[in-house]
Amino acid sequence: MTDSPVAAADTPPTLDPEARDALAELLLSLADDEFVIGFWDSEWTGIAPMLEEDVATSSIAQDELGHAKAFYELLGTVVEDDPDRIAFGREPEDFRHASLLNHARGDWAFSTTRRYLYETADAVRLAALAGSAYAPLAALAGKMRREETYHLLHAETWLRRLADGAEDARTRLADALRSLWPDAQQVFAPLEHEERLVREGVLPTPMRELHARWTAGVRPVVERIAGPLPDAAVAPDGRRRRTDDFRWLHGEFTLVARSEEGAVW
Amino acid sequence: MVSSSTIDLRERRAWEELARIPDPEIPAISLVDLGVIGSVAVDDRRVRVELLPTFIGCPAIGVMQDEIIERLTASGIAGEVEVVLSFDPPWTSDRITPEGRKRLRRSGFAPPADTPVGPALGQLDELAVLPIAECPYCGSRSTTLENPFGPTLCRAIYHCAECRQPFEQFKRI
Repeated sequence: MTDSPVAAADTPPTLDPEARDALAELLLSLADDEFVIGFWDSEWTGIAPMLEEDVATSSIAQDELGHAKAFYELLGTVVEDDPDRIAFGREPEDFRHASLLNHARGDWAFSTTRRYLYETADAVRLAALAGSAYAPLAALAGKMRREETYHLLHAETWLRRLADGAEDARTRLADALRSLWPDAQQVFAPLEHEERLVREGVLPTPMRELHARWTAGVRPVVERIAGPLPDAAVAPDGRRRRTDDFRWLHGEFTLVARSEEGAVW
Repeated sequence: MVSSSTIDLRERRAWEELARIPDPEIPAISLVDLGVIGSVAVDDRRVRVELLPTFIGCPAIGVMQDEIIERLTASGIAGEVEVVLSFDPPWTSDRITPEGRKRLRRSGFAPPADTPVGPALGQLDELAVLPIAECPYCGSRSTTLENPFGPTLCRAIYHCAECRQPFEQFKRI
């Protein structure tokens, strides 16, 4: 029966401990980014500036949480852990999302700015990961890129709309850009085991090169709105800083899991 | 051992069963016409179905999985039924069959634009995701996109200037 197509079921690869840690670190950073922005975006459901935006932000949030789920499930096969436990069973300090996602949603201009910065960075990252030597990740990234095209379009449309809007809108947008700019760089914070990931083609392009690509595309756009922005650097702890805003969000999204251990839908 | 022709026959029966399962969100179209069945493989013990999610976060995936297991188990094609999710190849709206597109139109949904703009498996560009949708009620192409995001992840909302009806389009992806 060895040639049976059914027997050829997906089995997780056998990895040495370092390779497993490296892969786990990358997948966790991707999952946590999508998970946390998904929860922040979902906070607009019912209170966005207009009905269409209630629908749009909710839909985008649902996409992001779906992406997070797919990443946590893939991570679950690598570290042999339950995806739900990884998502809902960790302390705030164990999360590895970029510091860009530490802040509360703020006003519409703040959320728009953050989504623009995040979506553009995510697009650069996914484009690289679609060529990953780790096949399940490459397939997932390829599929995500098609969905993310809609998110990017949405974020760019709103950025343009606020930038061309009344003075109040422009001021809020420029303020948000200046305050989020340093944290936005942290999407490309170096990973602890990055060298190994790059060497094996799991991450086909180093983070510092992805960072340069993103900056080249985004800086001219945001500087037209906010004026000259400082050269902001990625920081080694760019994915390890946590804030009270995030601790509050963590309390919200773990509420059900904490009150009813092992609960299922 | 079972002969290979018996397996072929059972595979065909499995496809026929799958063609009778309606999409949980748009029941007018079957899972086969929607193009979410990537492959079907049968051996002595098991039938294994590869399910390609339309959108990664689609909440109907679990319902589809359950319905496939229930239907194929009841059919007696094999003792065990396994459904695995796959993103390789990715589901794209080009996988909806001509029959599926007809059925979508008949139930008030514009099918995704059928003139491929972006590369089928590469990234979509903005032109690819903003096609002109044809009104499923009157056939007019004088329509405007109201919202690329709709009541489910896979639908966009349009308005027809001709018959003045709002309608939904199955997104191009």
